[in-house]
Amino acid sequence: MADYTDTELMIARAAQELGDDDTVLVGVGVPNIACNLAKRTGAPGLRMIYESGTVDSDPSSLPLSIGDPVLASNARSVVPMVDGFGYYLQAGRIDVGFLGGAQIDKHGNINSTVIGDYDDPDVRLPGSGGACEIASNTERTLVITPHSERRFPEEVDFVTSPGYVGGREGREELGLRGGPEAVITDKAVMEFDDAGEMYVTSLHPGVSREDVRDATGWDISFADEVAETPVPTDEELRLIREELDPDGVYTGGGE
Amino acid sequence: MTVVDMETAIDGALSDGDSLYLGGFTHLIPFAAGHEIIRQGYDDLHLVRATPDLVYDQLIAAGCATAVTFSWAGNPGVGSLRAFRRAVEDGVPHEVEIDEYSHFGLTSRLSAGARDLPFVPLRTFLGSDYPEVNDNIRVVENPYDPDEEVAVVPPLKPDVAVVSAQRADEDGNAQIWGIQGEIVEAAMAADTVVLTVEEVVDESVVRSDPNRTVIPDDAVDFVVEEPFGAHPSYAQGFYDRDNDAYLEWDEVSGTHEDTLAWLDEWVHGVENRREYMEKLGAERLLDLLPKRNYATPVDMGGY
Repeated sequence: MADYTDTELMIARAAQELGDDDTVLVGVGVPNIACNLAKRTGAPGLRMIYESGTVDSDPSSLPLSIGDPVLASNARSVVPMVDGFGYYLQAGRIDVGFLGGAQIDKHGNINSTVIGDYDDPDVRLPGSGGACEIASNTERTLVITPHSERRFPEEVDFVTSPGYVGGREGREELGLRGGPEAVITDKAVMEFDDAGEMYVTSLHPGVSREDVRDATGWDISFADEVAETPVPTDEELRLIREELDPDGVYTGGGE
Repeated sequence: MTVVDMETAIDGALSDGDSLYLGGFTHLIPFAAGHEIIRQGYDDLHLVRATPDLVYDQLIAAGCATAVTFSWAGNPGVGSLRAFRRAVEDGVPHEVEIDEYSHFGLTSRLSAGARDLPFVPLRTFLGSDYPEVNDNIRVVENPYDPDEEVAVVPPLKPDVAVVSAQRADEDGNAQIWGIQGEIVEAAMAADTVVLTVEEVVDESVVRSDPNRTVIPDDAVDFVVEEPFGAHPSYAQGFYDRDNDAYLEWDEVSGTHEDTLAWLDEWVHGVENRREYMEKLGAERLLDLLPKRNYATPVDMGGY
């Protein structure tokens, strides 16, 4: 078996969610590496759009942020933010969005705004950025995050990015497009059932159901047949280590 | 219009109590203007930008700000904005009010301001908690379909916008390439605009490529030629982001005392941008220069 880190496994697994025809709104860091890995493996036609307004970026090196100049050089077009969010995201031209956050709850609602009370916060986080509209307007969203009880409360402190709100019907009534499709952590992969509640579909090698239950803030359920998450291939590891993150900025040493 | 120096432009444009937008989205952040604002000692500015970054962290730590309107407050690609967090979490050096949106929410506000609209609808915020904490974000009935609810935001017109561009003519017709963020919307929405550019060029250069002119001269009140004025952020085609400075800021801003010491050395300790650049050293600046990568010229045709 190849020697890999948790982060590398998450990147490789996330890349499998992306298809050749997909247009994806990319986040910086791990999602960015996953998208670039997909583009170099199973989905060469993948179109990457960034919040900063770069459309079909083809970065020659790892961008340091979503506003990095390598995302503009050689892009298909560069548009003002209000047009990127309006013409592309709000108008339904983007299939997939990547989201992260400090907390995600059983309905896939995500908090990247504040821990504790909004007006008297324990921890002030960066806030939505484009996350609220990505969660509201893409056909599906993917989440990559470490798995811990702190990050997986039954209910988030603040809904920055709506998931299935109080259930799939709740989301539909609000007129929101799509919804969260998969949550990929360092322990497992979760999807959402008919009621819009998260459940485990695959466990990573060496991870038990008990490990996942202990790291989740509610009594999470499991698929009838829980799979084992595939490990990254040698080629995926080579691409991540030699081309996509050669300095190990995001993948070095794992979580 | 005449081209002026940064000290004159800031002094002429900005008053305490103003709402102030310092432009850019990672790209073209007017750090030189931000440092001049700190040197001039304002203490009641209302800062506006989708992405308050290091220059806003510096203004907050220096005590210049009493409010921040924003949608993502972080050190891009690095982590937290520590002075911002100290102000919001602990009131250091003093409390700042926050007025918070998503990126589309804030850029839509600026766009409405630029177009003089009373409000704009947008398909975001429903299902989130933002309408509960921000009275500016409202949910109304679609006037054409009573079954549908839609979020709206009001216009935002900063008193002053300082925006950077790669080049402009002496009148302030500005050309930008690369990421624009919400620079143009902010410039068109603001009452007073200070334009800082890497180079002032002849009017004929601007006229040779009119599609690239994104800010017109009648929106601009002051033009400042300030090479490397966006350092440590970048100007596409001129210099790259100085990422070491962003990583250093994460360390420097760890405590309020260290932050003030940095400001003493790098802002108060220099007279102007030229001294700042001399202090940085030529080698560091040369390391940031990109390889050449020209766009193919277009033929506008002679008619």
